Amino acid sequence: MSHASKHEHPNPARARWMGIFARASAADLQKALDGLDAVPAYEFLRRPETGLVMVRGRSGGTGNPFNFGEMSVTRCAIRLAEGVTGHSYAAGRDMKKAELAAVFDALMQTDRRMTLETGVVAALARKQAEARALKSRKAAATKVEFFTMVRGDNPL
Amino acid sequence: MYVAVKGGEKAILNSHKLIAETRRGNSERPEITIEQIADQLGLSVDRVMAEGSLYDRGLAALAVKQAQGDLVEAIFLLRAYRTTLPRFAMSEPIDTAKMLVQRRVSAAYKDIPGGQVLGPTYDYTHRLLDFALAAEGGVGMPEAPVADEALDDGMPHVADLLDYEDLIEPDLPDPDQPEAFDLTREPMSCPAERDQRLQNLARGDEGFVLALAYSTQRGYGGNHPFAGEIRMGEVAVEIVPEELGFAIDIGDMVVTECHMINQFEGSADRPPQFTRGYGLTYGHNERKAMAMALVDRALRAREFGEVAKYPAQDEEFVLYHADNVEAAGFVSHLKLPHYVDFQAELSLIRQLRAEYEDRQQKDAAQ
Repeated sequence: MSHASKHEHPNPARARWMGIFARASAADLQKALDGLDAVPAYEFLRRPETGLVMVRGRSGGTGNPFNFGEMSVTRCAIRLAEGVTGHSYAAGRDMKKAELAAVFDALMQTDRRMTLETGVVAALARKQAEARALKSRKAAATKVEFFTMVRGDNPL
Repeated sequence: MYVAVKGGEKAILNSHKLIAETRRGNSERPEITIEQIADQLGLSVDRVMAEGSLYDRGLAALAVKQAQGDLVEAIFLLRAYRTTLPRFAMSEPIDTAKMLVQRRVSAAYKDIPGGQVLGPTYDYTHRLLDFALAAEGGVGMPEAPVADEALDDGMPHVADLLDYEDLIEPDLPDPDQPEAFDLTREPMSCPAERDQRLQNLARGDEGFVLALAYSTQRGYGGNHPFAGEIRMGEVAVEIVPEELGFAIDIGDMVVTECHMINQFEGSADRPPQFTRGYGLTYGHNERKAMAMALVDRALRAREFGEVAKYPAQDEEFVLYHADNVEAAGFVSHLKLPHYVDFQAELSLIRQLRAEYEDRQQKDAAQ
């Protein structure tokens, strides 16, 4: 398990969209679901439930792993009427968001994928990228621009 | 010895009602919300999450509200709550080199790849009370300047610059290392390895860790440290759910990381080389991260063949006293009724006193 990410990822596309749904807000996911032509029918395989992830760090940032501390996480699993299953794990305790993220994970494995990819997923990804860029640009405004003081006794 | 005592129920019930009223404060003013605490008392929330060892801003803010701002009490509440939740997974180790940097400074090098980024810091404020914050209309909506360009992606760690020259000890994963020690599953045990110590310090009391770190600087086990790097920002949290079998991001967490670079003169089998101390905390808390890095290095005394003479180098002393939930619990238990204990002590002291007075009288008579 701990080495899984070091090898070639078996499903990079799915991991990417699951990460995008995990970082989206419940409100945005609900709006996206309401925007579909038909709201899909689904049943719970696992109702949303909140638990913990033990987050690990590395000594020195690069060395042996250690248990840093826990983080709340909410997961959910659903099955669409057509049989496809969807999963979600999202940091925090938002049950509605976990449910919606699982629904979208399932929808992304159906023939709706292309439409969702260019619509909902692209829009959420853009919003998240913009939020990150804005944070980074605010930090960048506090970057120190060093200049060397010329001392009076220095020959020019 | 504690004895079950009856008769206090009504007093306790009324005490709960009194604390509820006291906590609410002046009822003519609006009640503070969890969101306000999470947003506007964010650094208190960061500390409660770190020492409560549970990253959840909403729960930590609730704990701060419930504890009336008593952070150690809030930490206790959060620790107690976490025991009610099942554990779903262990994360992959977070990669701080890929951090979305909000602040990053080095006191060892002026020019570092990616630059010195001050971020939101009180370091360069005047530390004078700002009465604008107390003014009737508040501060409005201050807006921070936005640079045209974002920071570089993935800033390298400053310590790695020394790594290229082999001037600092390497810190690489040992493939044979057993699963990391977990204080939430196993009791403390000494001698402790670095994984156990880092987990203990990460959730240890900030005041205690800070005081120990300060003691090393004042000569009680110092190692002449430089703040190689302090960085703060968001890192992705990645897990591999069993039912999926591949890694997914579940979100991000804000952490503060500190690399201390310490002098080391070398020994028979080690060349003179800089050594590392490492600090990592939830949220933005570089006082804690720096203190942790100093104490981490002090606790590595055994590894470097240094004589452990001082409290900060004594892992049993440090590890068994760093946890403020345990410490507060044991100090506070003295408030519990010890009536029978005390009665026994009282009769003992009366008896000793009588014997003493007898002796005095006999001595006087002789």
